[in-house]
Amino acid sequence: MFTTLKQRSGSNMEIPKSFLGYKRENGRAGTRNHVIILPVDDISNACAEAVANNIKGTIALPHSYGRLQFGADLELHFRTMIGTAKNPNVAAAIIIGIEPKWTKRIVDEVAKTGKPVEGFSIEGAGDIETIMKASKKAQEFSMWASEKQREECSISDLWISVKCGESDTTSGLASNPTVGNLMDKLEPLGVHLCFGETSELTGAETVCEKRGKTPEAQEKFKKTWNEYNDFILKEATDDLSESQPTAGNIAGGLTTIEEKAFGNFQKIGSRQFVDVLTPAEEPQKGPGLYFMDTSSAAAECVTLQAAGGFNIHLFPTGQGNIIGNPIEPVVKLTANPLTAVSMKEHIDCDVSKILSREMNLDQAGDELIKSTIRTANGRLTCAEALGHREFVMTKLYRSA
Amino acid sequence: MATDIIIHDEKDNVGVVVIEKITPKQDCSCWIMENDKTVNIQSEDEIPLGHKIAMNDLNEGDTIIKYGHDIGKVVKSIKKGEHVHVHNVKTKKW
Repeated sequence: MFTTLKQRSGSNMEIPKSFLGYKRENGRAGTRNHVIILPVDDISNACAEAVANNIKGTIALPHSYGRLQFGADLELHFRTMIGTAKNPNVAAAIIIGIEPKWTKRIVDEVAKTGKPVEGFSIEGAGDIETIMKASKKAQEFSMWASEKQREECSISDLWISVKCGESDTTSGLASNPTVGNLMDKLEPLGVHLCFGETSELTGAETVCEKRGKTPEAQEKFKKTWNEYNDFILKEATDDLSESQPTAGNIAGGLTTIEEKAFGNFQKIGSRQFVDVLTPAEEPQKGPGLYFMDTSSAAAECVTLQAAGGFNIHLFPTGQGNIIGNPIEPVVKLTANPLTAVSMKEHIDCDVSKILSREMNLDQAGDELIKSTIRTANGRLTCAEALGHREFVMTKLYRSA
Repeated sequence: MATDIIIHDEKDNVGVVVIEKITPKQDCSCWIMENDKTVNIQSEDEIPLGHKIAMNDLNEGDTIIKYGHDIGKVVKSIKKGEHVHVHNVKTKKW
């Protein structure tokens, strides 16, 4: 039913069955080997950053929230914190919070993976003493992690999340279908896949709903989309002009949210989704494609997918979104020939020859598989080389 | 002849410019991805890369079809070959 199917022919590439990753204690595999210093709350950022500054080979993940949150919003905060530290791209984690109780809750959950994790709380000790204690532990973790070697891991150990950004019509024509082509080729090999962007499926929501593998998955999607749409309608003050589509989308030729949605939807190829995940939820139903309820803002979405356990991200862009993530490498592709030149340092995989018909979708999908495997094996993405570490928590409502 | 415009689906009434720009009265070659057919159209406007061209005359209230699906409504009549964008098409959502 999708127009790109006709182009699928002539692929001779044998898909690699393995990559070189870091085997973790719980059986998962990482494409990266980070030692993270994770603040539980905003006021612990300074401490976490000081520790990361002291100890080489560690990375702090500062963020803006974690105080006085409650209900579903607090649960999402914990899910994101715990999921981030549990992600197989993280070798070991130091958790620093103002109070011991919430810090411990995160440490206890992360410890279940078997990876080294230790928590520190600042109240009653102050920054300086906490920094000293946490730095000693961080040094231990960093030196321990530095001895980890990459080993051959099955391709099915790849958990691939996708999200597009600064989209234009070239996204729907070519770069998003390239991701769809990759999904069609890799899903049969047992990988986990994840797409999100609930609001950016608006206009394509009924078509997307039908891609649910079971009536339960379809029903869950419908409910999730309706709730998000009701929220947007409640808060919207006008026609959302310049928010959806964005000014960048419009400059790139996208006219309406419906057009953007059908372009967005090309990323899942001809796959069906097995389940609908809440934000930052880890899939529990085995390999296959999952839909995660997320906002369509790039850094929020990728942060949630990384917290869901995904270890490599594919990000098609039209006009040139530059996002990265501190723990999940973000592979960027574009089909826009102008962006491929003007923003070359941000593009890992250039598929702009699809538009001039010098490359077909099948070949583009193969090129993206090669970029994905090279990145999984350790090659830095453009975003990593440029220092993009956008870690953005999703907040559902005001704190108490 | 090189492709100037790509159309997703045979049912679509718009195509997307895939060269840097097309100029008024340019004879353009359009490739329909779904059935691999080629059709021609003469442009009325200058239209940049990634922007849409009307494949037939459209009246106020008509539906724009792309990917074989409804992507919005015409709010100002559009002639075949003219630029289709936010000045003459609006969402049916939100």
